[in-house]
Amino acid sequence: MRRFLLGLITFGVIGFAAFFVWAWHSEIAPVRAADSTTYDPAVVAKGAALASVGDCVTCHTQPGGKPFAGGYPVSTPFGTIYGSNITPDQDTGIGNWSQAAFRRAMHQGVTRKGEHLYPAFPYDHFTLANDGDIDAIYSFLMTRDPVQQANKAPDIPFPLNIRLAAAGWKLLFLRQGQLVPDPQQSAEWNRGAYLAEALGHCGACHSPRNFLGAEKKGEAYNGGVSDDWHAPALNEKSTAAAPWTVEAVYKYLHNGFDQYHGHPSGPMQAVAENLAKVPEADVRAIAVYIASLSGTDDAAKQQRADAALMTARAKTPTVESLAATTGSATTGATDGATIFAGACANCHRSGGQSPRARPVDLSLSNSVNAPDPGNLLHIVLSGIHPQSRERGFIMPGFATTLTDEQIVALAAYVRSNFSDKPQWTGIDTRLTQARKHSGP
Amino acid sequence: MNAPHSRRAFLAGTGALVIAFSSRKAFAQEGGPPNQGMGPAGVKKLPGDLSKFPKTDSWIKLEANGRVTVFAGKAELGTGVKTAFTQCASEEIDLPASSITMITADTALTNNEGYTAGSHSMQDCGTAIRYAAADLRATLIELAATRLSANAAELKVANGVITAPDGHKVTYGELVDGLDQARDVRPETKIKPNNAFTVIGKPFDRVDIPGKLTGTEMYVQDMRPEGMLHARVVRPPGYGAKLSNIDTAKAEKLPGVIKVVRDGSFLAVVAQREDQAILAMHVLEDSAHWDDQTKLPKQSDIHNVMMAFPHDDTTILDKGILGQPGAKSLKASYSRQYQSHASIGPSCALALMEGDKLTVWSHAQGMFPLQNGLSKLLAMPPENIRCIHTEGSGCYGHNGADDAAADAALIARAVPGKPIRVQLMREQENGWEPFGPAMSTNVSATVDAAGKIVDWQYDVWSTTHNNRPGGAGNLLAGQHLATPFTPDPPKPIPQPEGGGDRNAVPLYVFPNARVISRFIPTMPLRVSALRGLGAYMNVFSIESFMDEMADAANTDPVEFRLKHLEDPRARAIVEKAAKEFGWQPNAKLPRGHGQGFAFARYKNLGAYCAVAMDLSVDRQTGIIKIGKVVASVDSGEAVNHDGIRNQIEGGIVQSASWTLLEEVTFSGTEITSRDWSSYPILRFTDIPDSVDVHVIDRPDERFLGTGEAAQGPTGAAIANAVRRATGVRIRNLPLNPANVKAAIGV
Amino acid sequence: MATLTVNGKQHNIDAAPSTPLLYVLRNDLKLNGAKYGCGLGQCGSCTVLVDKEPVYACVTPISVLEGRTITTLEGLGTPENPGPVQRAFIAEQAAQCGYCIPGMIVRTQALIEHKPKATEQEIRDYMAPNLCRCGTQVRILRAIRRALKETRTAEVVR
Ligand code: FES
Ligand code: FES
Repeated sequence: MRRFLLGLITFGVIGFAAFFVWAWHSEIAPVRAADSTTYDPAVVAKGAALASVGDCVTCHTQPGGKPFAGGYPVSTPFGTIYGSNITPDQDTGIGNWSQAAFRRAMHQGVTRKGEHLYPAFPYDHFTLANDGDIDAIYSFLMTRDPVQQANKAPDIPFPLNIRLAAAGWKLLFLRQGQLVPDPQQSAEWNRGAYLAEALGHCGACHSPRNFLGAEKKGEAYNGGVSDDWHAPALNEKSTAAAPWTVEAVYKYLHNGFDQYHGHPSGPMQAVAENLAKVPEADVRAIAVYIASLSGTDDAAKQQRADAALMTARAKTPTVESLAATTGSATTGATDGATIFAGACANCHRSGGQSPRARPVDLSLSNSVNAPDPGNLLHIVLSGIHPQSRERGFIMPGFATTLTDEQIVALAAYVRSNFSDKPQWTGIDTRLTQARKHSGP
Repeated sequence: MNAPHSRRAFLAGTGALVIAFSSRKAFAQEGGPPNQGMGPAGVKKLPGDLSKFPKTDSWIKLEANGRVTVFAGKAELGTGVKTAFTQCASEEIDLPASSITMITADTALTNNEGYTAGSHSMQDCGTAIRYAAADLRATLIELAATRLSANAAELKVANGVITAPDGHKVTYGELVDGLDQARDVRPETKIKPNNAFTVIGKPFDRVDIPGKLTGTEMYVQDMRPEGMLHARVVRPPGYGAKLSNIDTAKAEKLPGVIKVVRDGSFLAVVAQREDQAILAMHVLEDSAHWDDQTKLPKQSDIHNVMMAFPHDDTTILDKGILGQPGAKSLKASYSRQYQSHASIGPSCALALMEGDKLTVWSHAQGMFPLQNGLSKLLAMPPENIRCIHTEGSGCYGHNGADDAAADAALIARAVPGKPIRVQLMREQENGWEPFGPAMSTNVSATVDAAGKIVDWQYDVWSTTHNNRPGGAGNLLAGQHLATPFTPDPPKPIPQPEGGGDRNAVPLYVFPNARVISRFIPTMPLRVSALRGLGAYMNVFSIESFMDEMADAANTDPVEFRLKHLEDPRARAIVEKAAKEFGWQPNAKLPRGHGQGFAFARYKNLGAYCAVAMDLSVDRQTGIIKIGKVVASVDSGEAVNHDGIRNQIEGGIVQSASWTLLEEVTFSGTEITSRDWSSYPILRFTDIPDSVDVHVIDRPDERFLGTGEAAQGPTGAAIANAVRRATGVRIRNLPLNPANVKAAIGV
Repeated sequence: MATLTVNGKQHNIDAAPSTPLLYVLRNDLKLNGAKYGCGLGQCGSCTVLVDKEPVYACVTPISVLEGRTITTLEGLGTPENPGPVQRAFIAEQAAQCGYCIPGMIVRTQALIEHKPKATEQEIRDYMAPNLCRCGTQVRILRAIRRALKETRTAEVVR
């Protein structure tokens, strides 16, 4: 027994030492940032597009801050992590990182100094990216304006705040290596798969995660969570009223609007805004791959999409029908139909000339058909706002206009009136959470 | 104003005024002396619009209660002219503002001063009010001298009381009897010397601001006379569309609906409540079928399309011989897209038809021209139509105001006896207003070894900038009637004011120069006057190119401008802005930051304005963030310094919005920029960090129009600063994030 | 029939429950402060306070307002006795056409209540929903800064 225990301890010690050796990474010597004019503009442009696919700017820019200078709070179940400064600033950014150090960070999740990065930085995806692409992103970043802005320490409790914990996580979940092309699929599909998996890290939000925060491999694209928003399933589990065809995904991602699904909101809004800057062929490739997750694009899929569109149009109220249902009724303060008629119908109805750019028919809205009312509640609370100075849908938020009971009633009305799915339960508790999340 | 002043009530109440008015009218029809140095009989010309309307009481009238009423043929368009007029009158007549009633643009009461536009208000109307008030005061003093048996020179005047050295007094009101107020203002009238001013040039709050800020009924939108009904129009989906078929029954059955009015493709509905009218309007929109829509050119190709249309060319400057040799020659082309007035309050009007008399309350820029247009539209004699200017939201030129007035008039005719209020919907305002035209310019020039421009050639392509009503066809409803009116053929506005070629002739002195105005009569989109007309685009082009030439000559842009300016006031204003800004040649700025400078004298006749600013360009997003802006302005004699500053500050922000963001968008058949999501303008988050305006007061010079002076210089200063910040010259407006990104690369 | 409490007074309103508050304020209660600008919740011309929070009256059905307190521009002061925010706007002569200003004043009132120590950036972010076409924002910002400062001073004095 003693021997056994001793053996176990010895084994444990050796194991830990081995882990330690495995987990230990040396510092890569600092370099002086090269003059930005020495980078090949074609490579920089390629890197810019790839960085847009990777949506880097979103998590590496704090609201209202300088691009890539870090500070964006990424909330995880384990605490809040702040995107780091990846401008070429010598002191606070990655100005003294060599190309090799940058590659190592992308592939292994380790800083230049050899510290382990938390997996909120999705190196479990980036590890699949090829060196040429990583180098292009490096060129792009090294030619940005350097910004002196110190990184913020993560708000993560003990013991997870020990960086070695991230190493343990990697041991369990990080699989390095290249993506193997699927010979059964077209070159375009394979390109799309590469972009979506290795850079776009779509699965980081759209797949469920286990209790250690790793994507559940067997349940890829079954739907996940991002920033208190529901990231819908992209595979056959999708709850969208209309199936995702290649064309629909392409328009949604590239134009920021698709008549079968509406337009991206919440965290997805920034993703699409970034993809608008990516060469069309690459976005199309991503669309080919993503659409394939929910079945082949054939005539039947398109027919289902069109049928959903027709049904949705028929369900969208006209001014007349609205007037008939609510015009003279004496209704209480929490009658969802009346609230809808007075607050929403001005835009979310059929016909007429205003607004010219119509939002999607609500029956098609992903938020209305989602398994959880969170997205709809977020939109009702905060509205939808285009990026500063851009054209785009404006929807006012109703956080201060409507009381909790009224929002619950409105959400329930919208769900029952526009979706075939069963009524949500617990809209009120979900609303409390959403209100807390979106702040006062 | 609670009840509409019906014509009858008006006649009953103030008969005396009307008689005076009609005698004025007779005079107006004779035309008055032409606007030149000497009248026909060799009489000295009266200043401002007195030259057209010389009678004292057509400008100012004293009542027995000692109050005066001032009649301005120009309207308050949100620029504060009403306040400036009040100051002029108050100064010269020696009465406090509280004793002055100001009547503006009313066809029954004021002189026909045409449009309130082009920064003419102070020059034409303000001047006239001042002289008329000064003459009236002089007359009162003469009468008082007799009455008090004193020497006129020894009388003291204060607050409407004239006091003799012996202490005897007489008030203005007591002198009304025996006062010939209808007589012409005397050419020898003297206005007060500057050093005697107590009101002009002194701090003076805007007379309209307290009311506007507390919810008093101030705007035509706020009027609600007894018995008023609400109307809404249904506009076609696009230009040229004809209403082929409509079932009005559904709308007519809705609660509160009183009548659906249709004449050809003109469609409107009248209801008890405003929300009922809106609902019925939507139901009508859904029931209407339209066809024959006009095809529009592709927006991305609009400048090529326009330049390929036939054009009438006029050489507006031809000096020396072109083709001079020099050290360096450059050429460049600039363009802007259609821009929208996009007033924050959609246009509105009220109309009341009683018997054969029509009264219209409107915030349009010209009440007399509107009266004329409506008279043709409705086939009514003009004297049966009274148009009363009532304030609206800022209009910046010819927006939808006249159209709303025509709508209201047509509906009022169909529902007589009731005041009808029409307000356009946001999408109707933005979709149907006459836009500021798309324009293109080409410029080439040569500098010699001494860094002087020796050769300058400039061409500007533009449609008309003036489709204001004259005929009924310029009123939108007129085009939609079953028997439609056609718009008047477009005409260029001649130099020196110019339309599309306004400010196309640089104020800089070049020995050899040619400027050609290429006037395009064809108009794919409905266009008319927008603040500054062609001046914005021409100044943008000239001032951008001056910077390009300064670089070619290796000279600081401010110094380069001064090198080509002889007008001392122009030089002073350039130097003032540079000094106040702290302009430094080759200032060292952080990466992505730049400084820009630009200058113009509006129309080469109005106010001088120079703008200096710094800004930064975000390379990732293409977003331009304006930091510090410093402007200098010379409006001649500054009646109200704060009013001038307000105009320039507002002009800078509005022009920044035009320059950074704005373009009307259109698809094959439709205007698609119909609301604030599709036509974004600057929001608070994008406003410059600071704007400082420095007024150079020139009390001995005449008033110069100021309202439009900042538009061009601001646009060019932005482009010039962007060039310094990024190394890239952007010549096609707007400088929105996408265009900036496309120009500067990754 | 809805009962609304506007500027401290109760009103019985005979209008469909889905009617946007804006039309009830303007037409039934004859209040001019809240203005129609877009009817879409995009411009802020119609801003009023509901329980001290700024809302767009143009997209607020009266049905949701039972039992809540509505304050319009008129509730903040009168021409004879303007309120503190109005006084600050008058002092800075912060208006050109003035059409947008009622909404600006009402939103400023809410800013003062929620963020009496607002920084410049916070002021601009808070005001971003309200548009001004005349370009008066420079003055409006001055007026807001003045109003914030004066209420802070007033508080200290109290
Ligand atoms: S009118 Fe309500 S936001 Fe524009
Ligand atoms: S002052 Fe005119 S819109 Fe703001």
